Amino acid sequence: MSEWLALFWHFLLLGSVAVGGVSTVMPDMYRYVVDENTMVTGREFSEIYALAQAAPGPNALWVTVLGLQAAGWGGALATTLGILIPATVFSLIASRLHAEHADTPLALAVRRGLAPVALGFMLASGWLLLRSSEHGWHGYAIALVTLAVTIGTELNPLWLMAAGALAGIFGWI
Amino acid sequence: MPEPRSVREIFLTFARVGYSGFGGVNFWLRRILVQEKRWITDAEYIEGLAIGQILPGPNVYNLTVMLGYRFGGVRGAFAAMAGLIGAPLAALLALGLLYRQYNSLPILQHALAGMTAVAAGLLLANAGSLAAALPRRALPWIFLVLAFAGVGIMRWPLLYVMGALAPFAMASVWRR
Repeated sequence: MSEWLALFWHFLLLGSVAVGGVSTVMPDMYRYVVDENTMVTGREFSEIYALAQAAPGPNALWVTVLGLQAAGWGGALATTLGILIPATVFSLIASRLHAEHADTPLALAVRRGLAPVALGFMLASGWLLLRSSEHGWHGYAIALVTLAVTIGTELNPLWLMAAGALAGIFGWI
Repeated sequence: MPEPRSVREIFLTFARVGYSGFGGVNFWLRRILVQEKRWITDAEYIEGLAIGQILPGPNVYNLTVMLGYRFGGVRGAFAAMAGLIGAPLAALLALGLLYRQYNSLPILQHALAGMTAVAAGLLLANAGSLAAALPRRALPWIFLVLAFAGVGIMRWPLLYVMGALAPFAMASVWRR
């Protein structure tokens, strides 16, 4: 019980400062669950991250699987709520403020000014994903085909994900 | 612009985004809310993501809560949120339990490698088509490249890159 509470408290703090996304606080999660408390091994930490990318939904929910592996069902609840509670509270506050002040110079500057910065971060995520797979030109080729097919056609991307999984299983990557 | 008719429709729509969202939700959020339902425009979508960037937590989750609030107040926000994460949480817990059993299976790791490459391509395609909607001026593109290089190439903490770029990016579009 006290283990779950400590885990919840730590993730609540991290969730409150995870500006720009949960991946920004990942190094500190690693420090807490792997180095300090040895709840999971370093290898498990990375594998869980990769595995969770294959699930639907927001990527950040991988902390649920991390919590499950670290401390069972209570751990899953602790990490998930720790990340989601601050995100919900801050988003609701921002919505309220934005509804009242949508056309002030500051609100306009935040929306228009930060849009290209957000796009730059999105490109960087795609880039890091590409680099992290470490499968050389095969990985790049698959990503490039995906890019071309997605922009050029209306094909449902789930087919591409399935094709990617098959390509991996048959050893093309 | 069309609007959701009920809290139920908000929940069901975001649930579709949630369970379709393999390899990142952003792609599906845009496809379903912007292209299919037309509840928001591309410009509003990018601006919402930008606000999500300066809030703590997963950006796409922040955006979901904010859109839900806009469509249906606090109830709409919780409906959107529950829709978005309900099915994925169940899937993730199932994956987590399977992982405990079979975490050394090579076939699983190979499949994951292929899916990661596809996920990267999807994310890049999404960013590419959104970037096409940016104003045809040099400054936004400079900020885009700096943000990409700082986080993607230099691997600096996003918080620092955001802190360094945000004041200038906002000042560059300031209107009285």
